[in-house]
Amino acid sequence: MGRITLDKVTKSFGDVEVIPPLDLTIEDGEFTVFVGPSGCGKSTLLRLIAGLEDTTSGHICIDGNDATNVPPAKRGLAMVFQSYALYPHMSVRKNIAFPLRMAKLPQAEIDKRVEAAASVLNLTDYLDRKPGQLSGGQRQRVAIGRAIVREPAAFLFDEPLSNLDAALRVGMRLEISELHKRLETTMIYVTHDQVEAMTMADKIVVLRAGHIEQVGSPLELYKEPRNLFVAGFIGSPRMNLIEGPEAQKYGCHTLGIRPEHIEVSADKGPWSGVVGVSEHLGSDTFFHIQNTGLAETITVRADGEVGFRHGDRVHLTPREDVMHRFGADGLRMA
Amino acid sequence: MATKASRSAARLMMAPAVILLLGWMLVPLIMTLWFSFRKYLPLRGGDLGWTGFDNYVRFVSSSAFWPSVQTTLIIVGGVLLITVCFGVLLALLLDQPMWGQGVVRILVIAPFFVMPTVSALVWKNMFMDPTNGLFAHLFKFFGATPISWMSEASLPSIILIVSWQWLPFATLILLTAIQSLDSEQLEAAEMDGAPVLKRFWFIILPHLSRAMTVVILIQTIFLLSIFAEIFVTTGGAFGTRTLSYLIFQRVLESQNVGLGSAGGVYAIILANIVAIFLMRIVGKNLDA
Amino acid sequence: MARAVTPKRKAINTALAWAVGLLIFFPILWTILTSFKTEAQAINDPPIFLFFDWTLENYAVVQERSNYMRFLWNSVIIAVGSTIIGIIIAVPAAWSMAFVPSRRTKDILLWMLSTKMLPAVGVLYPIYLLFIELGLLDSRAGLVIVLMLINLPIIVWMLYTYFKEIPGEILEAARMDGASLKEEILYVLTPMAIPGIASTVLLNIILAWNEAFWTLNLTAAQAAPLTAFIASYSSPEGLFYAKLSAASTMAIAPILILGWFSQKQLVRGLTFGAVK
Repeated sequence: MGRITLDKVTKSFGDVEVIPPLDLTIEDGEFTVFVGPSGCGKSTLLRLIAGLEDTTSGHICIDGNDATNVPPAKRGLAMVFQSYALYPHMSVRKNIAFPLRMAKLPQAEIDKRVEAAASVLNLTDYLDRKPGQLSGGQRQRVAIGRAIVREPAAFLFDEPLSNLDAALRVGMRLEISELHKRLETTMIYVTHDQVEAMTMADKIVVLRAGHIEQVGSPLELYKEPRNLFVAGFIGSPRMNLIEGPEAQKYGCHTLGIRPEHIEVSADKGPWSGVVGVSEHLGSDTFFHIQNTGLAETITVRADGEVGFRHGDRVHLTPREDVMHRFGADGLRMA
Repeated sequence: MATKASRSAARLMMAPAVILLLGWMLVPLIMTLWFSFRKYLPLRGGDLGWTGFDNYVRFVSSSAFWPSVQTTLIIVGGVLLITVCFGVLLALLLDQPMWGQGVVRILVIAPFFVMPTVSALVWKNMFMDPTNGLFAHLFKFFGATPISWMSEASLPSIILIVSWQWLPFATLILLTAIQSLDSEQLEAAEMDGAPVLKRFWFIILPHLSRAMTVVILIQTIFLLSIFAEIFVTTGGAFGTRTLSYLIFQRVLESQNVGLGSAGGVYAIILANIVAIFLMRIVGKNLDA
Repeated sequence: MARAVTPKRKAINTALAWAVGLLIFFPILWTILTSFKTEAQAINDPPIFLFFDWTLENYAVVQERSNYMRFLWNSVIIAVGSTIIGIIIAVPAAWSMAFVPSRRTKDILLWMLSTKMLPAVGVLYPIYLLFIELGLLDSRAGLVIVLMLINLPIIVWMLYTYFKEIPGEILEAARMDGASLKEEILYVLTPMAIPGIASTVLLNIILAWNEAFWTLNLTAAQAAPLTAFIASYSSPEGLFYAKLSAASTMAIAPILILGWFSQKQLVRGLTFGAVK
């Protein structure tokens, strides 16, 4: 079981308040991702849940029990660190067994669980190696193995993939997702990468400067960003934000339209501009259109086959049904 | 990583070291201060009461004081000059590519591990003895009259012995510093056409300045209190009585504890002046 | 700095460096050689370098006459004992300073360093008096305490610089894995810091072994270590060169060997991290 509730939790370092009063509930079995730009307090929040930092005020409950003042060792949570934090002087086997040894489990039980975890994570052949002899992806697996053997109430991941190269990152992303499907244990995952957030999460918590900007499923955040910050943060490439007379035409202060919701053509459309840089990904092409009179550039996603060139004059048609309208206060208008 | 629990654990675990050192510093210091204001002659009447600043005045005005200050300065200055200059040269030499670098390094460092009483005695007897010493043999070989080092050239002798002990320290630290110099800087200077001497003067030496300061400060602190080298060679005779040796004599040999303690307070003040500079450098490094 | 040089240049470097190295090492070499000579050969003019009648007699005489083993044993106990106690006190302190730093950590470190700079002679009499009061004069226990205290700042500093290099995340991982503070230090920190702790131990044994102010002033017959043993040769026995050499060789040999192992750590330990 792993239902975690944060009740008016705050955190200050000296006079600096990094987390203003914050409420959040993470349901049992949920895969929750904390996402936000660096310095938004997402890692601090995770460390508060882990017990590696004290809350300044407020309460943290795990499965209904107040854990605010419980030391990290007694919270029944497991954590995977950004640097993996493997014990370099212990073999893979000993690394994975360490939490069980600390829990004073009988040796036979320890061996059984370590073997089981190793086979799940494809580490059986490496059990007697030292972490220094493993590749980045294998180290990551050992760190996960060390977390799962304890059968914790919840897993905490602190940017676990940021030290891996791009190809491995995609693979590990899938492995962690699969692990979640199989274990059905609560997972809290911190990242600055919104792609990771979108692809893995049941629930995304978007943070900025310690504030929760929005909580919701990936699609909710994509379809109905509550404010300009979330609108700009979720989705790649970023949503186009248009101010001025064009926005007023739609009765808002800022008009948001995602690149994939604009159609580009040579001759027809209400907006027009000149093709600047175009990025060809094969399946898609991103055009950065300049001189539209709407914003500095408008990004448009088109099919990979569409072949406009630098300097071509093009016309744009936004899909009005998926436009996002924001008021002067930055909030989404109904 | 700091929770209230870990912070209080940290305080608890630091306590033994802090309390021990605090006691080690304060108890003797306060006692020395106390004695320095008293007329205290353990063998001639014991504690004879307060004397105000009498001991401080007498220590400074005694005929032995200024010569001892002069001796201290000559020894410290001489050793520093020799170890730093030769240390830089040696470090430069050892940094060059060569065969058997590791062995040479070991040969150069070895004197640092020789205990002070051994090096003092070996030098005094086997090298500087006027009849059987190696130097005497050498002088006779060249037809010169051997000199009695410990009495005729007592200060240079002690400076030589102490320099021999501390040269490895200076060399090792300066070598470490040279090796941390970015070789691209030197190559860039070479590309710019700077000749060897200019490269040394404008790039290597400024790079070494920090390490040299550290060497000077640390050695000064140790050199101000050299003891064994004087104790087993001249016993303070022949103009080799340094300030700390004078204090030692006042306290243990003539058993004038009050007077010696006043001298001790002077020595503590002197050492602290040097220490402040050293701590500034070390402190700055801590922030980095 | 890996620079390509001509073989000629390298040969010159080598010759020069070896010449200087041997010159600096010569007094030690000469002492070791002399220890195997007879007294007559030791003062022979011209000096004999290698072609003398090698003998172990001096070593036997030194041991017999002055009971070398007792001094050696005192040195070992004092150097090793003070270092081990120092390490036990310093490891938790260094853990605290490296992993739970506060605003005062830097001040405490610098203050510890400053106690090292207190001139010994300034506090000689108080310590002497305290030792008499506490019955510690001429005892190994007393010297272990004093040498532990004078080297404690160096031990704390060295351990601190080593601990600083261990990523805090690993200790946090141990905490998340359910380790108590004791288990965290015992099973995770200490094994990871073994190389650093070993060099700290080594350097401090050397410093304690060679300490020659307190060992000379606070001992007489019972607890005197090798420093005092050698000092007793200052006269007139010092004129027996071969025996002086044998005694000296025995006093410095153990530490020369240890020293060669720890030469790299020397810089770190003696400059308090100011030179890297």
